[in-house]
Amino acid sequence: MIDNHILGPVFIHLFTAIIQLICWRKTVTQRFLSVGGSLLGLLLAFRLFSRVEENGILTMNAANWDAPFGIVFVADLLSVTLVLLTSIAGFAVSIFSSVGLSRQRMLYGYFPIFHFLIMGLNGAFLTGDIFNLYVFFEVIIIASFVLMTLGGRKAQLEGAVKYMAMNILASTFFLTGIAILYGITGTLNMADLAIKIQAVQNKTLIGITSCFFIIGFGIKSAVFPLYYWLPSSYHTPPSAVAATFGGLLTKVGIYALLRVFSLIFIPDDFTRTLLMVMAVFTIVTGGFGALIKTNVRRLFSYLIVCHIGFMIGGIALFSQVALMGTVFYLIHDIMVKTNMFLIAGVIRQLRGTLDMNKLGGLYKDYPKISLLIALVLFSLVGIPPLSGFWPKILLFQEAFTQQQYFFVIALIIGSFVTMYVIANMWAQVFWKNTPEGVTIDDRFKPMQLYRKLLMILPIAILAAATLYIGLNAERVVHVAEQISNELMDTTPYINAVLGTNR
Amino acid sequence: MKSAILQTATRYLLPILLLFSFFLLLRGHYYPGGGFVGGLVASIAFVLHSFANGTESTMKILRYKPISLIPIGLGISALSVVIPLLFGLPPMTGLWFEQPIPVIGMIGSSLFFDLGVYFVVIGVVLTILFTISLEG
Repeated sequence: MIDNHILGPVFIHLFTAIIQLICWRKTVTQRFLSVGGSLLGLLLAFRLFSRVEENGILTMNAANWDAPFGIVFVADLLSVTLVLLTSIAGFAVSIFSSVGLSRQRMLYGYFPIFHFLIMGLNGAFLTGDIFNLYVFFEVIIIASFVLMTLGGRKAQLEGAVKYMAMNILASTFFLTGIAILYGITGTLNMADLAIKIQAVQNKTLIGITSCFFIIGFGIKSAVFPLYYWLPSSYHTPPSAVAATFGGLLTKVGIYALLRVFSLIFIPDDFTRTLLMVMAVFTIVTGGFGALIKTNVRRLFSYLIVCHIGFMIGGIALFSQVALMGTVFYLIHDIMVKTNMFLIAGVIRQLRGTLDMNKLGGLYKDYPKISLLIALVLFSLVGIPPLSGFWPKILLFQEAFTQQQYFFVIALIIGSFVTMYVIANMWAQVFWKNTPEGVTIDDRFKPMQLYRKLLMILPIAILAAATLYIGLNAERVVHVAEQISNELMDTTPYINAVLGTNR
Repeated sequence: MKSAILQTATRYLLPILLLFSFFLLLRGHYYPGGGFVGGLVASIAFVLHSFANGTESTMKILRYKPISLIPIGLGISALSVVIPLLFGLPPMTGLWFEQPIPVIGMIGSSLFFDLGVYFVVIGVVLTILFTISLEG
């Protein structure tokens, strides 16, 4: 079905950013615009989600050019779910940044760039053209370079160099892959590619091309052995920025892998083994990395890597149940990881440091906030009935069915390491008394009440979303099941895009 | 370095280059040209002026900071993208006036997209170059 309004969540952030550019250096106006724009984007995303759930796949031919020739935008259930989650996370982060960010950063255009980033994310989820996907990836990484370097501290620049070098390399691989695909099939429309690629005789060439995509998206989503840029750069920018990065940017890579490997390249044995090896090592190395870190944000960065492995493993198993697990984990992960970095931001405000050796006694001083945080931590670990628990069951089940015991072991290691690391962090940061001789730099207590509330509210919103995912798991499982059906059987997608032009 | 030859030449070249950039902008849709090239030529005109007379005097003839052109240009482009939605057409569809306008020719919404690009390019190039030359 054709619907010309599916790009609403993209346009709303574009216009918010433009109006904020006009209000350059008026930080108060920009804050209001940012929260308002994000709220409007969230409402549009909700509307789009319910429309797609009701009517099935919606498409839009940009500039009225018919499907295989023009650029087509497709809203299937996977896309709109991710747009919805991005909008929720973006809304929370924009509230948090309105109080949790220094005025200096706002003066240099934090808000417009943040909205360009969200625009790029929404666009990447909605596009049905592989080159357009690349363009939106570029929008995302350019916006993220600016956000990462904004403020210009030495540590930030150091992190940004690593981040930039690896991401440019990833884009190069991605672009090369697209070029080869275009060379052998003569089309860039993903639905059209799905049909044309079956007629190509040279299967080896297609296999090699798919490796280009694995490397490109692998760097972006931080899998073994391409992940080291992530832990060495994500702890440098301010927490609001790190929350957007940690929650959303790596997940775009997972989305792209899901899309490309369900639609264009159907994974063969070699690809699946490759993905499985990567997944197992990602989980194990990411988990062990988290074990030895004492800085809260570095620890979270390694946990991101560890949990990316779960999702890659689901793609490697490539069956309906496994993809259900991957999609469910993706939904859970976006909410929780965004929240983790916001929590790190709050801890920093409460104590002025993120070094676990210098932290302590938070539970005694702020029991209510600590309990809210505990909810999120429990969910991350995957204590039933919270959200992290359900997707793991699906992944375990499928790994046993397919007798992938290495993956089962990795899943167990990953889960236990996560639990140990989080329990250790809870003990160090919240339960143990403040270490002797450490002066507490509490910037939270002297704040006005509304600022305190605005700082806690985004965490509460995301925690509520996590709670909803966990307690109303039946509905989320239902959505994940529909998505995995769409991924396993792509005929409806292809028909919706190409219609009678096949 | 002030050179009388360059200063005199610039006095004539600045309007000619601006006119040429506008010509490129209008020619853009079906022939080589368009907002990006037009914008580059226009900013080169101002860069030439700043070589001949110094950056301060170029800032003076521009009156507004070039950075303010960026949101204006982005706004024009973005509006021309979404305006077709009001007519029930997909975004970015070219809407054309039925009668050609003398001298300029056919005018459509894609011209406004190009106009936006034109402003953004001038804004970005001049902002970067002025920042470098004022710091140096």
